[in-house]
Amino acid sequence: MSSEFQLHPDLASTFALPVDALYFLLIFLSVIISGGIFIAIVVFCVKYRRRSEDESPKEIHGSLPLELAWSIIPMFMAIGVFALGADLYFRMYRSPADPIEIYAVGKQWMWKIQHPEGKREINELHVPINQAVRLTLASEDVIHSFFIPAFRVKRDVLPGRYTTMWFEATQIGEFHLFCAEYCGTQHSTMIGKVFVMEEEDYQNWLVGGVSGESMIEAGARQFKQLGCATCHKSDTSGRGPSLEGIFGRAEKMTSGEDIVADEDYLRESILNPQAKVLNGFKPIMPTFQGQISEETLLQLITYIKSLGEAAEE
Amino acid sequence: MSTATIEQQASTNGHGENYLNVEHGIKSWLLTLDHKRIGILYLVTITVFFLIGGLAASLIRLELMTPQGDLVEAHTFNKLFTMHGVAMIFFFLIPSVPAVLGNMVLPIMIGARDVAFPRLNLLSWYCLVAGGSLATLAIIMGGVDTGWTFYTPYSSTYSNSYVTLALAGVFINGFSSILTGVNFMTTVHKMRAPGMTWFRLPLFIWAQYATSLIMILGTPVVAITLLLLALERTLHIGIFDPALGGDPILFQHLFWFYSHPAVYIMIVPGFGVISEVIACFSRKRIFGYSFVAFSSMAIAVLGFLVWGHHMFTTGQSVYAGMVFSFITFLIAVPTAIKIFNWTATLYKGSISLESPMLYALGFIGLFTIGGLTGLFLSTMGTDIHMHDTYFVVAHFHYVMVGGMVMAFLSGLHFWWPKFIGRMYPEAMGKASASLIFVGFNLTFFPQFVLGYLGMPRRYHVYPDEFQILHVMSTGGATVLGLGYLILIGSLLWSVFKGPRAPQNPWGAKGLEWEIQTPPTLHNFETMPIVTEEAYAYDNRHQAAQEEESTTAPAQQEEEVV
Amino acid sequence: MSDSHSPALHHHFEDLGQQYEASNMGMWAFIAQEIMFFGGLFGGYAVYRYQYFDAFVEGSHHLPIEWGALNTVVLIGSSLTVALAVRSAQQGKQMAIFNWIVATMILGAVFLGVKTIEYSHKFHDGLVPGSSFLTYGPYTTAYDAAMAGHLKIFFSFYFVMTGMHALHMIIGIGIMVFLLVKIRRGAFSAEYYNPVENFGLYWHFVDIVWIFLFPLLYLIGGR
Repeated sequence: MSSEFQLHPDLASTFALPVDALYFLLIFLSVIISGGIFIAIVVFCVKYRRRSEDESPKEIHGSLPLELAWSIIPMFMAIGVFALGADLYFRMYRSPADPIEIYAVGKQWMWKIQHPEGKREINELHVPINQAVRLTLASEDVIHSFFIPAFRVKRDVLPGRYTTMWFEATQIGEFHLFCAEYCGTQHSTMIGKVFVMEEEDYQNWLVGGVSGESMIEAGARQFKQLGCATCHKSDTSGRGPSLEGIFGRAEKMTSGEDIVADEDYLRESILNPQAKVLNGFKPIMPTFQGQISEETLLQLITYIKSLGEAAEE
Repeated sequence: MSTATIEQQASTNGHGENYLNVEHGIKSWLLTLDHKRIGILYLVTITVFFLIGGLAASLIRLELMTPQGDLVEAHTFNKLFTMHGVAMIFFFLIPSVPAVLGNMVLPIMIGARDVAFPRLNLLSWYCLVAGGSLATLAIIMGGVDTGWTFYTPYSSTYSNSYVTLALAGVFINGFSSILTGVNFMTTVHKMRAPGMTWFRLPLFIWAQYATSLIMILGTPVVAITLLLLALERTLHIGIFDPALGGDPILFQHLFWFYSHPAVYIMIVPGFGVISEVIACFSRKRIFGYSFVAFSSMAIAVLGFLVWGHHMFTTGQSVYAGMVFSFITFLIAVPTAIKIFNWTATLYKGSISLESPMLYALGFIGLFTIGGLTGLFLSTMGTDIHMHDTYFVVAHFHYVMVGGMVMAFLSGLHFWWPKFIGRMYPEAMGKASASLIFVGFNLTFFPQFVLGYLGMPRRYHVYPDEFQILHVMSTGGATVLGLGYLILIGSLLWSVFKGPRAPQNPWGAKGLEWEIQTPPTLHNFETMPIVTEEAYAYDNRHQAAQEEESTTAPAQQEEEVV
Repeated sequence: MSDSHSPALHHHFEDLGQQYEASNMGMWAFIAQEIMFFGGLFGGYAVYRYQYFDAFVEGSHHLPIEWGALNTVVLIGSSLTVALAVRSAQQGKQMAIFNWIVATMILGAVFLGVKTIEYSHKFHDGLVPGSSFLTYGPYTTAYDAAMAGHLKIFFSFYFVMTGMHALHMIIGIGIMVFLLVKIRRGAFSAEYYNPVENFGLYWHFVDIVWIFLFPLLYLIGGR
């Protein structure tokens, strides 16, 4: 982080430059438009100041050409800026292929980060430079928002549903992490640091320190403990469908609709199994609503995602 | 514009019987059916809430001078910004121009003796008082800490403050808005004087009319939303509770469906005031009258279609977001049209810079900045970064305070002589306008920079590097506060000691300037008949020469400064 | 014109015609905002019905379709009686206005009585949303946690929508008491019957809301 006074945060991600460029374009257009108006006002107020009480100014109703000009030209400028903004937003929204997946759970008033390899952090996020990182976000209580100003990214963190965001860091260093949605008493202390490291340092950091189980290992453990394996076997002999390779696959439901089995679907199927039942199976799975935490859910989902990959290798 | 009957009564300078002295005693005020007295009642009430909200703001800015939380504790700070938002938005800004200036002037401007439903008008004021009392009670009992936006599930399940009480206050206050809207809309439709066609209406009336539509159609949605929230809090019905499958984002959609049009309820009447003041102090009709009139209506309609621009980071559909962003850009066009037309009105005018005009010109400058920064936020790619930061805070203060409050003060100074019967001290008017303008910019411009640097909203403590900008902002707030205090003091002084105002100190056109100062109880003894367009300043000297009546003294402006 | 001496004329109006038009327009504007008020509820209902259709079907099957249908007929009948009251007012028939308003009140009371019965059944069944939802009564083990949550949302909408509707009916009955007093004093005539007509508009609106509520709440998913 730079300690001199800046007008904008560090340019620390691939988004920073396009966002700042759009911002400065808007500043430029605003200065032109407002400058024009201010100058006109000052000039008119001076030039046409009242010099005598008997003054009778000219009768001017208006001018259709002028009205059309200053409606249509700003409208096209507006549409142009809209298009630039929407395009940038679309690029920020669409996840890249093969990002590094990291999971963040927000709760009053801290951030709990889980790396799939097992490393866990509180109020800190270590990421490698020049690689796309995708964060899957969940809240245990109220709405929070994960905000890294230097990366120009922000995403609300909701209870009851996953949100995702991605970025690619481009600068080594330490950057602010803020909660950006008011969440109660200690909202302003729900802050942290993002550490961007060289790839090698990041790998070393991942395996260093206390070696705990990876998310996949934790998920596998929960899968057995919670009894999932009773019905979901690795072949078709179970009462429930096999989960091998299910992640990302398009499946037909008993209702007839087609669903892609993404993180949200898996989460919903654990908490509200009757909502979307796989075609050919009975709606007999019990719900685990209220029995498992967001973190455990993420571990289970990471484990399920890994099923079938080993078979493909 | 006038007939002989108007001119006869206009020649008396009315400090005989008028609406202020026709009856005395507290009952005559608290049970009044006179729209002008009701306007005064509103003025007193909203000033009280302005001071409450201002006190909260002062404490917030004092706390934010240092990065640590050393003045108040975190939960107190959270209650302060909630109180500031609730008091200012619901109990000051929304009623300000419509209920104060609209009540005073709207019926007279169209040639009516009162609004269509005078008893409903009084009831509207009582709704404001009752709602405001409940909200104040919530503050006294310990406060609310949800923010004025009451987002769930924090407000429905987690907050331990007096949320329900505050919600009840805001709910009841909503009726004040709705009934005023019903009243004004009907009045404009049904009670215009003969000859007052739609396109001869002053632009203030067009603006009030458009605002009334928003008040009627938008307010009930927030009413049901807050009611559902109150039921969830008290009875645990669970509509917004994620543990039951409820959707906290649904709350946001319902909330912003009203609260975005609400900002147009706040600003559009201000636009109306600016049209009146610019016309008068340039002594010219407004350039592009029809465009300005229709732009108010366009803003009212489009304003209902943009609420999702408050929710770009919630994970809503990217295509829905694009629609909201696009329409938000479109709504900038009718808004810009107004700015351009007002500026063009100055061209070849006869411009005089009394206090109302200073406030109006200040409005144009500050609102332009505020409005343009709104475009930064409606640009989706940049909004991701700026959402929920001080950039947003700076934006809405520029449009609400730099815009709306300046417009309100412009109108207040403009019509003050007419309705109070006294001239305010012009030197003080200029001084407070200048202090407010300078103080305002010093307070809020640094916040744009703060926001872009990443300083989030509603933060009680913050990283050290943001301090310099916060100190600047607090310094500006001190100047701003001083300006407001001088303003209130000098207006209050003028009520008792100001020189008596003539019938038309500004030489303005408009039915309200044709009647005595202050007006009689029924405004017009006989129905006026309208024969010319609004702002027919160019006709007046011809009219004065053509008519051989005793009106010449009444039509001369008196220099009162 | 005798207008200006009519005791019914409020003096800020020029004549009774202007007064009539203004009061009519005011009532329509008020109804517009009522539509938006209920509209918020209908909007929320639509979102959750789409998401949790099965729970909505299940919840709807708990609602007594016979009572709902009866109430629909009763309310439509009361719209007829209030329309006849307006007609009598137009004709200046004092006794008739009085009787038709009383008939409307009776039908309104019947409606509210039926709703009270329905609500009390839900209370006995443990289906009132709140902290004790499904913690007692015959259905405590009938549903898993997820379905129970969604059912609670259905019943929340049921109670708030019909409750708000009932509140508007209670207010309407209160206004009718006030109207009866005025009718007794001979306030209405062929020349001036604005309040009766405007009340009729309000009551028709309340009826129409129910016409939507009945199918949306009671008739989901067929029987």
